[in-house]
Amino acid sequence: MSTPALALESITCTFVSRDDPAQRYTAVRDTTLTVAPGEFVSVVGPTGCGKSTLLNVAAGLLEPSAGRVRVFGEPLAGVNARAGYLFQSDALMPWRDALGNVSAGLEFRGSDKKQTLEKAQDWLRRVGLAGFGDRYPHQLSGGMKKRVALAQTLILDPEILLMDEPFSALDIQTRQLMENELLELWSANRKSVVFITHDLEEAIALADRVVVLSAGPETRPIGEYRVDLPRPRDVAEVRLAPRYLELHAEIWHAMKAEVLKGYAQQQRK
Amino acid sequence: MPSSNVSKTTLRFWQLALLAGVFVFWHVATSPTLLPPLYFGDPNRAAFIFGEPLKVLARIWDWFAGGDIYRHLWVTLVETVLAFAIGTVLGLAVGLWLALSPFASALLDPYIKAANSMPRVILAPIFAVWFGLGIASKVALGITLVFFIVFFNVYQGVREVSPVVLANAKMLGASPRQLLRFVYVPSATSWVFASLHNSVGLAFVGAVVGEYLGSAEGVGYLILQAEGVLDINTVFAGILVLTAFALALDGMVSVIERRLMVWQPRSGETERI
Repeated sequence: MSTPALALESITCTFVSRDDPAQRYTAVRDTTLTVAPGEFVSVVGPTGCGKSTLLNVAAGLLEPSAGRVRVFGEPLAGVNARAGYLFQSDALMPWRDALGNVSAGLEFRGSDKKQTLEKAQDWLRRVGLAGFGDRYPHQLSGGMKKRVALAQTLILDPEILLMDEPFSALDIQTRQLMENELLELWSANRKSVVFITHDLEEAIALADRVVVLSAGPETRPIGEYRVDLPRPRDVAEVRLAPRYLELHAEIWHAMKAEVLKGYAQQQRK
Repeated sequence: MPSSNVSKTTLRFWQLALLAGVFVFWHVATSPTLLPPLYFGDPNRAAFIFGEPLKVLARIWDWFAGGDIYRHLWVTLVETVLAFAIGTVLGLAVGLWLALSPFASALLDPYIKAANSMPRVILAPIFAVWFGLGIASKVALGITLVFFIVFFNVYQGVREVSPVVLANAKMLGASPRQLLRFVYVPSATSWVFASLHNSVGLAFVGAVVGEYLGSAEGVGYLILQAEGVLDINTVFAGILVLTAFALALDGMVSVIERRLMVWQPRSGETERI
């Protein structure tokens, strides 16, 4: 096998309470996850199981308590410059209009102004927002904001795309639309994707491989499933394929106990 | 708004009518001839204590027609603008510095609290000694008033930058300097604008109080002079001019705010397609 684009090696993340150092919380324990170049991996797990923690580690925003991150074979130090990150909540700069937000990354890199502008316009068009460049985030709908965020990340052409439940706040129609658009953009230029979600249906519809995490604390992967559904896929249609239903039943069977465990923990809190 | 069923013109009419009513009442109550003296034995005493609106307005007319007032207004304006500008820049700089440097912030915390709770108007005489009776001492007083408002707002603004926006900017490749320029400063600026009305008002207070406590020019000086000779009409005229001036300043701030803060959602604004 070639060098994985992203390799999380035995990652453990323990948080220590600031007020009381004796209180510890291990969100992720001894987790190993590799993503091949061009592979689309979905990570599913019950709510509150440390999925985002894992992604922050991969992004270099959070340093693990133990373990190592390798990006194309090189150990990661600081922010992962070869990755783009699509956040769950709003991450656009509210004081910049859509165009300004999309071009921000190139500006940070000190690219030529005119080229930056052209590229940003082009990306706005590609995510279906041509003519919306002068809108500020508060003037855009939830789906439009996600599109801007997607363009903002993809304009930098990252080799790895980290996505943290990016569509969870959208209504179901917008969501399916966005999922299809994501697949289209992805198949045009195959990057390695880590797509975190708590929605198993979404995970299977999008991914090449689904990794199931256990309920927190001390989350770890408990299963891996290859999704051998043909591409290109339409996320709405693929859900009716017999193979999809088989996979769904199989993975759900493995996940169910963990979901119940996670739910019980939330009840206790 | 509760008054949604009243049209804007009607509302404006009643607002002006209220103002006119107050002036009429003032006139009737202080005129020595219109009403029998109710409270004061001497019919002229009410006018002496409360002034007479007609004379007050005549005085204002004299000031503007004669051109006397412009020099004083100009001085007060310059003091206000300087105090506001310098206070804002200082507040912005110190606020950013302390918000981004936890050690400095922890070290200076009690002193900042102390300096903020001190009644700073009391510094005016000291500033007069340090900087003389000219513009500088008034500007200094205004700065101490403006600085803290801006400072606390910037400090808050930087502290409350959304961690997601910050993480996103980092992932997009922003260096620490770029984070400051593209994330912290714009975020803090929005908080500064939120306090703009307050800080312009206080810069004005600093200028007028400074003038009032010792000066040779400015609207505060005019009022001080008039009080010295118990000329109540001129005092009221000065107060009215100051009020109108403050309203005009506030209006200008609103215009600037609307220009610069287009990115902020205003309540009731719908998406413009």
